[in-house]
Formats: sequence, structure tokens, C-alpha cells
Amino acid sequence: MTDLVNLHISDALDLLNKKEISSVELTKAHLVEMEKGRVLNAYITETPERALADAEASDKRRANGEKLGALDGIPIANKDLYCTKGIRTTAASKILSKFIPPYESTVTQKLKEAGTVMLGKVNTDQFAMGGSTATSYFGVTKNPWGLDLVPGGSSGGSAAAVAAGLCMGATGSDTGGSIRQPASFCGITGIKPTYGRCSRYGIVAFASSLDQAGPMARSVKDCALMLREMAGPDQFDSTVAELPVPDYTLALTGDIRGKKIGIPKEYRPNGLNPEVAKIWDKGIQLLKDAGAEVIDISLPHTKYALPVYYIVACAEASSNLSRYDGVRYTTRVEGKTLDEMYENTRTDGFGPEVIRRILLGTFVLSAGFYDAYYTRAQRVRRLIYNDFVEAFKQVDAIVVPAAPTPALSYEAFKNMSPVDTYLGDVFTTPASLAGVPSLSLPIGLSDGGLPIGLQIIGKHFDENTVFQIGDVLEKSAGFDLNPHRVKG
Amino acid sequence: MYTIQGKTGDWELVIGLEVHCEILSESKVFSGASAKFGAEQNTQVSFIDAAFPGMLPKVNEKCIEQCVKTGFGLNAKINKYSRFDRKNYFYADLPQGYQISQLYYPIVGEGYIEVTTDEGTRKIGVERLHLEQDAGKSIHDMVPGKSLIDLNRSGVGLMEIVSKPDMHSPAEAGEYLRQLRAIVRALGTCDGNMDEGSMRCDVNVSVRKVGEAGLRPRAEVKNVNSVRFVMQAIEIEANRQIDIYENGGQCKQETRLFDSVNLETRPMRSKENANDYRYFPDPDLLPVVLTDEYIENIRKNLPELPEAKKKRYVAELGLTPYDAHVLTLDKETSAYFEAAIKGHDAKKVANWVMGDLFGYLNKSAKSITESPISAENLGALVGLIQDGTISGKIAKEVFEIMTETGKAPAVIVEEKGLKQTTDTGAIEKIIADVLAANMDKVAEIKAGKDKLKGWFVGQIMKASQGKVNPALANQLLDKKLGEI
Amino acid sequence: MSFNEQTIKTIANLARLKFPQEDEAKFAKDINGILDWVEQLKEVNVDGVEPLVSVSPRENAVRADVVTDGSLQTELMANAPESVQGFYEVPRMVE
Repeated sequence: MTDLVNLHISDALDLLNKKEISSVELTKAHLVEMEKGRVLNAYITETPERALADAEASDKRRANGEKLGALDGIPIANKDLYCTKGIRTTAASKILSKFIPPYESTVTQKLKEAGTVMLGKVNTDQFAMGGSTATSYFGVTKNPWGLDLVPGGSSGGSAAAVAAGLCMGATGSDTGGSIRQPASFCGITGIKPTYGRCSRYGIVAFASSLDQAGPMARSVKDCALMLREMAGPDQFDSTVAELPVPDYTLALTGDIRGKKIGIPKEYRPNGLNPEVAKIWDKGIQLLKDAGAEVIDISLPHTKYALPVYYIVACAEASSNLSRYDGVRYTTRVEGKTLDEMYENTRTDGFGPEVIRRILLGTFVLSAGFYDAYYTRAQRVRRLIYNDFVEAFKQVDAIVVPAAPTPALSYEAFKNMSPVDTYLGDVFTTPASLAGVPSLSLPIGLSDGGLPIGLQIIGKHFDENTVFQIGDVLEKSAGFDLNPHRVKG
Repeated sequence: MYTIQGKTGDWELVIGLEVHCEILSESKVFSGASAKFGAEQNTQVSFIDAAFPGMLPKVNEKCIEQCVKTGFGLNAKINKYSRFDRKNYFYADLPQGYQISQLYYPIVGEGYIEVTTDEGTRKIGVERLHLEQDAGKSIHDMVPGKSLIDLNRSGVGLMEIVSKPDMHSPAEAGEYLRQLRAIVRALGTCDGNMDEGSMRCDVNVSVRKVGEAGLRPRAEVKNVNSVRFVMQAIEIEANRQIDIYENGGQCKQETRLFDSVNLETRPMRSKENANDYRYFPDPDLLPVVLTDEYIENIRKNLPELPEAKKKRYVAELGLTPYDAHVLTLDKETSAYFEAAIKGHDAKKVANWVMGDLFGYLNKSAKSITESPISAENLGALVGLIQDGTISGKIAKEVFEIMTETGKAPAVIVEEKGLKQTTDTGAIEKIIADVLAANMDKVAEIKAGKDKLKGWFVGQIMKASQGKVNPALANQLLDKKLGEI
Repeated sequence: MSFNEQTIKTIANLARLKFPQEDEAKFAKDINGILDWVEQLKEVNVDGVEPLVSVSPRENAVRADVVTDGSLQTELMANAPESVQGFYEVPRMVE
């Protein structure tokens, strides 16, 4: 039975369809694993009753020969940023620690309709702000590769749960790298799709022009299966593309001969971590071996992506988080006047990183500073966007590291300045600002035995090529997660 | 020119209005909750309006159309590209912590409204019209120490129409507001009910010495919600500023509140003056891009605007400009008028509408849509006078009965036997009786006191209970007198 | 840098946050560090570059004018920290 928690989604679907296993068996195995894995603190809220009910319903559908969803019976976890009807949704914050949404996010609704079983809600950095899950009000999540290590973030709970077999796949969300960096830290696969591919409806907003939902799982194919169910037009989100969603698994041909892959020189600054550089070089070699054409390219404004990102994201966040005011659904800390109540509620309800970003965002939008900071950042964002548009005239995809280092220790993280922690997003923010899709997958291990991932960045709405190349890299790299997994 | 005489000389006023019009639409501007007025608290509120986590706005296409229509009513430039911005501030009736508005790219640009006062007709410039969302309502007197919040209005579409500082008298500002109300009502884009708050006005006022160039600091007077209050507030605020200057003081740019009970303006708390709204483009919403075809299609289907209607009433119906103006101030009145004149003399109908009908409606505090006399019946009444069926005097009586019963005038005339008598024999008989009873006065007429003829006509009318056609009575009276 | 002790008070007030003095100083220091770091954007020549507001490929996402939502008083009040008779309750907003 233990094997059940090591299965890929694609394999589990085969077994379910052949009736060799039931969804209840699969789900129970994961519930047992979740209990054993509690030391990781991956889940904020476990929903075993809901999971078993979902699983029983799925088994019944299968037994009765009813129409099945594409992921029928597959147990997954949802990042606690996705509003789930009747199930507490906290954004890992104190201010929403008691919030029970009366509605369901579009993406989790679609996954529900695809027949998935929900195991629970997983940890994240508070309001998705951070790269470690250390900013969570519910405590840091531990990396299955070493309990003293951070799993990355913000989707660190998702990454840790997927890596440790506490779910088969999980939803994540990515604003500046929040799927791709934790995927790299935990040795799993995740994709930030094109901005506008998935609906943001019902996902607690961090930075609206950057937030994108995406899947995290243990293979490229599993991500392709999940994304197909998560993506698509939605009447509730104006920014979602009205484009049909292809069957991404059909793109996994195993053949990338003649594909043009760009390697941007700006991602190889002086002082690039040698282990990361080594993995990158390995990836490039694997692509060449597979018959792809590797081309040196330039994305000249890369180094400015990080400061642009922090200005834009914090500006939007400062406004998006104004609604948490103690009036309608959050916790409330009373005050004599309305303003006092606001101040008491918000200062008590937000953690220091959230407060820092609200302050920064408020400042860059304030009178006298708006043009110097916010407008300038948006102009540079245009240049970064144009860099990608230009590059994609030349190449089909771009391959770069996912994170500047392997997973860091919690101790090291705690002692870093805010700016130093922000530097962890250096390789992920450019694609976020441009809105292009980017897949992160593990390629190999550091000398210390920690996973290191690469990103495959594609053209707008060309997730197909990204999956196609990712699939070939995955198979040729032969990265094997299981032997290294730490169990509680 | 309107001026205020001060101790140090004459002052002129510089006035601009910012008018918020709630858009007539079924649902709110960014959510599918009802936009209807007057429901029980918090029963027309979606999770979007209450700004729950992860909720996203989506624009109501009707609200865009209403803005474009109104733009045409303001003779304004329709902007093919517009976009939404967030105006950030905290208040309990503003759930998102920001109001979605249009600062940088409004949907409608510059235009004007033609305004007629005693000083003539002027074009008052409109700076812009932008689309935004309304806030909720706070109630302060239900629970001691607490305020209560109702979000039913939160998210209802608003058009904010900003004038240029082109007005120079309270009368002009009042007339601008009346005209604006007439325009939005004619277009069906706002119901214009200032007492229900569906049309609200902030007034910018500054003063300067006559002939002085440049502008002095202005006060923005908030919460001025009727035409009369606008005119009062301007006068009061202008005098307050003049007093300050004439006593050696300086005015500062500030926001003030109009108190219609104590007839004064008061400064708002300094905290509200110190706000920094941190406008920035709303990343949840996309630009609104209008095609020429879309704009042209709206233009083609516009109803007739008050200004055009007024001109038509003068040119085609022969009304005086004043009557045309009064009858086009709101679309209910002009619709009533146009229904009433079908087949009847427009000028006479206009007199009845503006005289007896308005008088009655005023007295009984009814709007024209609540009139017990239908437009068709009022027209018919004029028709009965014109064809000689009844006299003007009887018509007044019939009108009275119509207000009470709502019946058609012909029915009333029939029932009450009010038809004019045209039976010459019968009239001659009445005349003979009246003359016989007043032979002394007949003698006076014979002696040349012609004026007494009018008195006789009166007596004849009285004796016939008004049913005799006065012209016929006159004619027959002359004949009878001649025979004597 | 311009983010001094007065700025932190003004900005915190705009964001309806309030801290003890030592936290103010710490946050001011953090923000100053971040602002120093973003100074590098001044190197970039952005003359004539239009600000990028959205990377969404769409425009004109509109909905039809129909009532589809809103009778939620019970659900709204169930989530409210304080409410009375279907109203949200807050500290008195006027003197």
C-alpha cells in the first residue's frame, strides 16, 4: 500500500480506471501519510472527512459507469490562498485565520468538477508574500529534504506536501516565483502558466497584474493533466484569456529535435552559485543531446526585473489588502474610533513582511513619489516585456535556473535582510513581469544532495512547447525523488 | 453680470460643479447585484460589493452605454479608449478600501451645456464625465456609539460630471444643474432624484475682485443636494470668503460641508483634507475600447434632447422660448405635453399645462406622471373649447371635475349637461327675461352707457349657468337691444 | 533617503497601521534599505516608453446588465465580526 503515495497522477489514473485500486484506498493512504508527515507542517487545515466523501463519490461514479472527470479520484491539496466554500481559508494570516468562505474559487471548482479529492489546505507565506513559508502565521513548513531547510515559497506547503507524498498534486500560485522556486527547493515540478490562462476568481489577491494559479506535482505529465483542468475562460475574471485550453499531454511527444532554445547571458552573473551553474550546463547538454538547437541570447533588462517586481507587486498589494479592515469578515480588534479599530485590527492581523510590503507599496504610490517609483517601474516593466517578445522572435523557449541556490536553512533565512530574501526571486520575476509561462523542474542534486531545478520559459499561451521540452528534460535527467525523501 | 458688493468693491464669483449621477441600470457597475433603490439593508450585495477575498469586478456593459449616451447629451467628446483607476482611502462604507474610478482616461471628455438665465444663454464647459462606483450608506443614530453600514448602494454605477469653472452666479449654477438633470432624464441614464441621492452635487466656489485676473483658492462644498441648496450654498460660501478677504484674511483651498439647516458651510475634519488617494490603474480591469460603429449606433438611437426639443417647440409649435424651456425641463412633462397636443392647439395646451395643471399638481404635491388627468383628456378639454362645445369658464369647472374623477371631459360635459346652448330661440328667451328684469339699465345703454353691455352678458351667462356661447350671446343681445 | 521617521508615520497612517516607536524605526530602516536598492532603476533610459499596466491580452471584458447575484444578507452577516439587524456595526464615525 505504501506505494500508493509514490505514484504519479497519470499512473494512479490508469490503476483507478483498471479498478486495481479505489479512490478511497488512494485517499486513505494519503491521509495516513499526512499524519506521519505532520512534522513538516505542510497543511494548515486537513479535511479528511471531505476527502473520504469525495473519494467515495468518485468510486461510486466509476462503479456506476458514470461520466468521469479527467482527474477522477485523485487526492490533491489546495494552497490556502484558494477560497474553498465552507472550508477555512486563511492566506496563512492571522487576520483571515477564522475566515470561512461562502464561495469556491474558479480553479478549485474546476478541479472539483474534474473529480479530484481534496485532502486539505496547505501552508504558504502569509498572503503569498515570501520565499520560505516562514512568514506564515501558522508556522514555517519544513522541507522534506532536510527539516532544518525551508521549502521555499510562497507555495512551500504545496511543494513540501507533493515532495513528501502528502498529496499527489497541489495547486500553487505564482506572483514572482512562488510556484517555481519552491518546486526547485523541494525537487518537484510546477508551472506558472501564462498570465490570463487561469482565473484568479476566488484566490486571495496579492498582486493582481502578476498573480497566476498553477499546478505542482511530481512529473511534467501530471502538471499537464492538472493545468488542463485548472485553466480556461471564466466569466468572473476580466483578465482571463478567452482561448481554448489544449490537451497538454498531447504535446509530450518526446521529440524536440530542431527546437530553438535560448540561453540568456544575463542569467549568468559573476558569482552565480557554481552548483546551480553546473545543473544549468547539464540541462543545456541534455537539450543538445536531444537534438535541440541551443542559441545564446540576450534579455538586456533582466537585472532590473527584481526591483521593478517589488515596486509593482507591493503597490498593488497595498491596495488589495485594504479590504482587510475588521468590518465584514476578518478578525477585529476594537478601537474607540473607526480609524483606531482599523489600525488595531490591521496591525494585529498582518505579519511583519506583509506590513513591510504594504508600507513600501503605499509609499511608492503616494503623492510626490508615484512617478519616480511606480510609473518608472511600469516603464521598465515594458522594456522587460519587450525583451521577451524580441527573444521569442528567435527562439521557441528559454532555459534558465529556477533559483539562485538550493534550499536554504531556516536559520540562514531568518537572519537575512529583506532585500537579501528578495534576491531569491532573481531568476523568476522576469517571466512574471512579462506574463510568459514558465515551468520549473528538478534536474539534479547539489553536492550536498539537495535538488536544483531549471525553468523552461515559453511564449505567451504556448504552454505546449514548455511541457514538451520539460518532458524531454525530465526523462533525460532521470531525476529520482524518492530515495532522498525525509519522513517524519 | 452678477456681483456681490463688498466694503472694498465689487466681487465676482467663479463656480464649478461636480455632479454625481447614479446610472440607471438593472445591476451594479461591477457585480450582478441589483441596483434598485430602497431595498432592505444588505440584501442587494454580492461578495464582490462586500469586497470578499479573491472577488473580482467585471464591467456592466449597460453602464458604459449610459455614459456614452450622456456624453452625447453633454455635446462631449466620446473617448474611444478609457480605463479604470483605484482611488485608495479607508471608510466603513467603502468595502474594498478603494473606489474604482477613472482618473487618467475618462470615458467622456470635454463638452458643454447650454444654460439660459436672465442674462441670456451661455455655454457652460464640461471638463469630463467618468464612470465610477458608489459607496454604501452609514447610519449614525440607531445604536448609541455605533455606526451601521448598509452596502446596498455599494457598487452602483455613478457618472461623475465635472464642469469647468465657467459659472458666475447662483442662478447660472442652479440652471446648469436643472439642465443637466433634464438631459440625463431625457436620455434615461439617471432618474435625477436629488432627494433620494441619485443625483448629488459638490460645488467649487471662489471669489475675486471684478476685473481681477487669475483665480483665488477655492472651497469645495460637499453634500449640496438640491437646486435651491446649490444656489444658497454658493451665495453663503461666496459671502463668507468675501468677509475673510475684506477683513484682511486669506482663504485656503479646502473641503467644506453645507449645512442646510443652519445655512452655513463648515470645514471638514482636517484628516479628510489630508488624504492622499494614491490613484493607480486597476489591474483587475481591462481598458474599455469603443469602436466607431458602437459609438455611431448609440448616437443614431438617441432620444431628442431637451435643447433640441426646446428649439423645435419654438420653431414648429410657435411657443415662446420661456414656455418651451419650462415644458422641456423634464422628459415626463414634455412627453405629457406632446401627447396632449395631438390634434389640438399647442399654444393653448401649453397654457393649460403650465397654468391649471401645474397649479393643481403643485397644490396637491403630485408629479406629472401622477396626474389624474391624462394628457389625452387635457388635449380633449382644449378641443372642446376650440370647437365651441364649452366655454372657457365651463372648461375650468370641467377641469376641476377631471382632477377629482379622472373622467374624460366629454363624458363630464354630457353627464352634467354643460354643453353650450346654441339654440337661438332659447337664448333669445333668456335675453328677453334678463332685459325685462332690468329695464332701468336698458335705458342707460340707450342713453349711451355702452359699458353696461358687459354686465348684461354676465347676467345672461349666469342665468344660463354658463352654457351660452358668449359670442353668440353678445350678438343676440345687440340684436335684441336694437329692437327695443 | 527620503523615508524618515515622519514618512513612516504618514505612510502608516495612510495604510491604517500603527506601531510602537521601536517598530517604526525598524520598518523605516527596512524600507530605506529597499528604496536604496531600487534606486538602480534610475539608470534605465525610459524616455518615450509607455508604462505597462497589464499583460492580459484582452480588452472590453464586459458583462450583460442582468441581476444574477445579491440576496446574501444571511451569508454576509454570518461572516461579520459585529452586526445588528442586518447591518454591519462599526465604531461611531461622526462626533
